[in-house]
Amino acid sequence: MELTVESLVFLLFSLITLGGALMVVTTRNLFHAALFLMLSLFGVAGLFALLTAPFLAGIQVVVYIGAIAILIIFAIMLTPQVTAVPPTNSQWIAGVVVAVVLFALLATIVTPLLSELGVEGWGAVFTEKNPPPVPADSIARLGEAFVDPQAYMLPFEVASVLLMAALVGAVMLVRPARGAEDEAPQTGAQE
Amino acid sequence: MTDLLIDIGLSRGLAVLIAKTLGVFALATVGLLWTFFCIWAERKVAARFQDRLGPNRAGPFGLVQTVADAIKIILKEDIMHQGVDRWVFNLAPILSVMSVLLIWVVIPFTPTLIGVDLSIGVLYLFAVGSLGSIAILMAGWSSNNKFALLGAFRAVAQLISYEVPMALAMLVPVVLAGSMSTQDIVRSQHVMYLIAAPLTVLIFIIASMAELGRAPFDILEAESELVAGYQTEYSGFKFGLFYVGEFLHAFTVGLLIAVLFLGGWRGPFAEDVPALGFVYLLLKSFVGYFVVMWIRMTLPRVRVDQILDLGWKFLVPLSLVNLIVVAFLWKILPGTDSITSVGDALVPSLVLLAANILMIAGVGVLLREEGRRERARIMARRAAQPVSEPGSVADTAPAGAGD
Repeated sequence: MELTVESLVFLLFSLITLGGALMVVTTRNLFHAALFLMLSLFGVAGLFALLTAPFLAGIQVVVYIGAIAILIIFAIMLTPQVTAVPPTNSQWIAGVVVAVVLFALLATIVTPLLSELGVEGWGAVFTEKNPPPVPADSIARLGEAFVDPQAYMLPFEVASVLLMAALVGAVMLVRPARGAEDEAPQTGAQE
Repeated sequence: MTDLLIDIGLSRGLAVLIAKTLGVFALATVGLLWTFFCIWAERKVAARFQDRLGPNRAGPFGLVQTVADAIKIILKEDIMHQGVDRWVFNLAPILSVMSVLLIWVVIPFTPTLIGVDLSIGVLYLFAVGSLGSIAILMAGWSSNNKFALLGAFRAVAQLISYEVPMALAMLVPVVLAGSMSTQDIVRSQHVMYLIAAPLTVLIFIIASMAELGRAPFDILEAESELVAGYQTEYSGFKFGLFYVGEFLHAFTVGLLIAVLFLGGWRGPFAEDVPALGFVYLLLKSFVGYFVVMWIRMTLPRVRVDQILDLGWKFLVPLSLVNLIVVAFLWKILPGTDSITSVGDALVPSLVLLAANILMIAGVGVLLREEGRRERARIMARRAAQPVSEPGSVADTAPAGAGD
């Protein structure tokens, strides 16, 4: 049983992630749920940083906390009932079953990997004893991999097209009807 | 520091931990104390812009006025009214100051003194900045006050909109330096990026002003409509924290302008005498800070729809074009990937400057056309107004006469 600083930090961030996630689904206040979701996502960013993947950690904060969580809060503010929301509904049994099956599935996939990585038991050193140094240009390599036809160019471009389609769809949905364009909001023009 | 602690018999891990904790503590304290000076400087400059004297009673030139104000604000009652979401209400001001102080972590003060030289420096700046909008949302929501909530709504709409051009503007130094580390960006500025990318600086300043939420972008706390926006229900020390956060953020924008575009600590002999680099950085930051103050004092508040139009329809396309042009030119210009002296950087910088001037001229022409169209629209509306007004009076007059 050996507790290194890394494993302590790992436990801390895991606690933040899982605790935050638990609070998201149990709190009765939707706004608090959104804030706990941010906390949980922040924990994930911390785990990325611990795995010496600073770029992923930064992106995690920018995209999930800075953009998606804020959009969720926007949606919550347009919701009529925010406080005293019952945390469960009639589908909770199905939810529990799916969660258990998913957990079992992940556990069966991950467990064989543990021995391969040299992690044994609960008190194990969570990271390798002497991890190879992270190349200084790992971000540049990531960028090159995204535009390299041999690597991830196709998925990257497909994702871009998908996002573009979503953007165009959103614009189409909120476009004012024909003829109404001249009556753009003129609030405050008299001030 | 670490060596000293190891010498007095502490283990290496503990020594590093203590040294880092002290470093964090020192940086945060210096940052917050510096705000006292910033508030004084800003009040003085504001006074000069408005033909006043500004604080001049407490201490020489009123220097300790801010200290007196700080003591007063701490002694005020901390009001917590009914219906407040207690935890969120208390957390919001802390998060607001934290989001600004965290920026200071990656600021290179001298060639050797920097909190952490992160390889993702600029991305980190951007990630930390987004915490500020969460603080504002939390404050507005937890206050249980319609004005506060409206302020938070406006704030977040504005902050999210202007994060896009700001990120695109911050990418330009990254492209020019070939690195996201702030220290590397400063090191590679043999010629200030202000010369190579003046349009980017302009976009960055506008977007930062909007992120600050100050005039002319202060609709989030517009006094005449929203009392004080998201801060309405805050009093005492918690209001003080928001206040400090705002002023510190304003100076931090100056710091960022200095680091990203004005060459940071670079200057004559800065490599040999690191303390000199700190002086250069401060001087350059105050240039940026002064521009921010200047805009704040000079321009009136902009309407909410105008703010969003400016962000999405003007700044975002402009910064996209700007980024593409800069990246493209930097790629095709010979010798830009091995710049080691002023001589190497001069020619590419001047080429980019020429391209920037062309872009600015193009934008000017476009804006003039847009201005003319806007004027024509307003004239048409004015011409239509007198027709409708007598009509409405005529409608109501007979009813009144009938009584």
